[in-house]
Amino acid sequence: MANLAATAEVSAEAVRARLSGRRTDVGGRVFEGLLLLALLTSLAVLLTLLIDVVSRGIGVYAERGVIDVLTSPLSDEPENAGIGQGLFGSIALMLIVAATAFPIGIGAAIYLEEYARDTWFTRFVTANIRNLAGVPSIVYGLLGLAVFVVALQGITGPDARGRSILSGGLTLAILVLPIVIITTSEALRAVPTGIREAAYGVGATRWQTVRSHVIPYAAPGILTGTILSMARAFGETAPLIMVGGAVSFLSTSDRGFVETLQGKYTTVPTSIYQWVQEPRREFIELSAAGIMALLVTILLVNGLAIILRNRYARKW
Amino acid sequence: MVAPGAPHQLTVDDLRARGGRRRIEITMRILFLGAATLSVVITALIVLAIVGEAWNFISQVDLPALWAGGWFPRRDMYDIPTIVSGTLVVAGIGMLVAVPLGLGAAIYLAEYAERRTRAILKPILEILAAVPSIVLGYFALQWISPNIMQNACLAGSSVFNMGAAGIAVGVLVTPLIASIAEDAMYAVPRSLREASYGLGARKRTTSMRIVFPAAISGIVAALIIGFSRAIGETMIVAIAAGGTGGSQFSLNPCGQGQTMTAAMTALATGSDQVRGADLAYPSLFFVGLLLFAFTLVLNVISERFVRRVRLKY
Repeated sequence: MANLAATAEVSAEAVRARLSGRRTDVGGRVFEGLLLLALLTSLAVLLTLLIDVVSRGIGVYAERGVIDVLTSPLSDEPENAGIGQGLFGSIALMLIVAATAFPIGIGAAIYLEEYARDTWFTRFVTANIRNLAGVPSIVYGLLGLAVFVVALQGITGPDARGRSILSGGLTLAILVLPIVIITTSEALRAVPTGIREAAYGVGATRWQTVRSHVIPYAAPGILTGTILSMARAFGETAPLIMVGGAVSFLSTSDRGFVETLQGKYTTVPTSIYQWVQEPRREFIELSAAGIMALLVTILLVNGLAIILRNRYARKW
Repeated sequence: MVAPGAPHQLTVDDLRARGGRRRIEITMRILFLGAATLSVVITALIVLAIVGEAWNFISQVDLPALWAGGWFPRRDMYDIPTIVSGTLVVAGIGMLVAVPLGLGAAIYLAEYAERRTRAILKPILEILAAVPSIVLGYFALQWISPNIMQNACLAGSSVFNMGAAGIAVGVLVTPLIASIAEDAMYAVPRSLREASYGLGARKRTTSMRIVFPAAISGIVAALIIGFSRAIGETMIVAIAAGGTGGSQFSLNPCGQGQTMTAAMTALATGSDQVRGADLAYPSLFFVGLLLFAFTLVLNVISERFVRRVRLKY
């Protein structure tokens, strides 16, 4: 009997010891440390990338001046080459994308979200767009090659054999179209139904509701989506290689508007692609300088989109 | 409608919409429908353009040339296993890098990070996601190849190698996997975690045994989308993996190799040569069709997984 009491005493002691006091969960801490390590490794890679690019590229800007690098044309001599023609080409492509992909993409999203009923056609189109967004960009390049460069050569630029700004711009437009549709759809879906019902309640038609109620409220979201898709198009290289945006030399003379659209071109990323393949060290430094310009542009555009999103974000 | 001075009498005509209003309504509907239909037309165009030329290729090529001797399109040697295995080697190395990094970052952000830490770290990850692939191609060739592959390969590595390209592809895919997986885990209801803590489970147990399995559909979808992206990645491989003129069958990550995407850019950058050689031009479309089919299957599978996660809660 006494023996049993002693046992009970001991086990109570043991239980108390187990339940009281702080013990560190070593395994848990190690696990958390590993997770953090994974995250910090990704950030360290980003940092290494930026340091490497800047350390190689900054000398080019210091030596020649920012303006000279940003305005010089393509050239065989690295000390004379720059991204001037590339910037011109990239901006021209962006304008074509904005003029074609944005109205079509926003229109398609408005149809799918505001007009369409839930039919097999609607479901098919939606699934189709989702799949288009996952197609590798080089496949869009193939489409551009077959349709704009070869089949429509007469329109896109007979002299450039179809490898024109117009072909490149339309190819990029098709590339970003699904992204524009998806982000616009999300922005439209975030507008509460009550807003629409209020408009119908005072006798507005569907288009009047969309124009004066839904679009104004969804505008910040739509704008953010389109800006981000523009940033994506600006850095895109692979499809432009397929449709002839990678040239190592480009003569620019005074050309009219249509001749420019139908003429050969280069862009910032394809210029970088040309230089990074050169064995000479000067060209590698030049490509780093080009990458600096590309990254600054893309980060600025992304930053702008984030600021817009935060500034006009609306809680319902 | 009513003459001035006459007693005001409301008729149905007063309530009827003005003619223009109805016309605008119909016009806008047709315009929007047209825009939506255009997206379907584009898919149809992609498939038609690619399938047509791919058929040209298949009907003209000597079939044995598709199965032996390496990938040398200028010499009419189109060994499909060479470029498919090269693609799998690069994408596989990419996933070896991206899966631990991406999932680790996702679990940390969703389960462990304080709100303020999360608000800083997530945008940085988004910046990493916005880095264009050409930049990572430069990084693979100029930094990863000399600094990592040169040391990792005991027998030495060539300047252009599949390993450097694979690691860079992993870096590219990491933020994609992290953000989709994090969304999936963040969407798991709080009550599940609270129930787990209520039973006395620790944080790690809750994260790995409760939240992770509950979000598994979204996580698998993230991995599939990441893999599909890795297969379709072009610029990194075109710059860093070598094999521009063609390549022998090779699985060695320390050596040069050819992927489907790099084979396509190599065919296209020989300026006008794409249209010169008889079969080189249609072969481009055959490889494109292969790539399109691969990624389409992966996307459809991931779509299934995402739908499962949506049904759950």
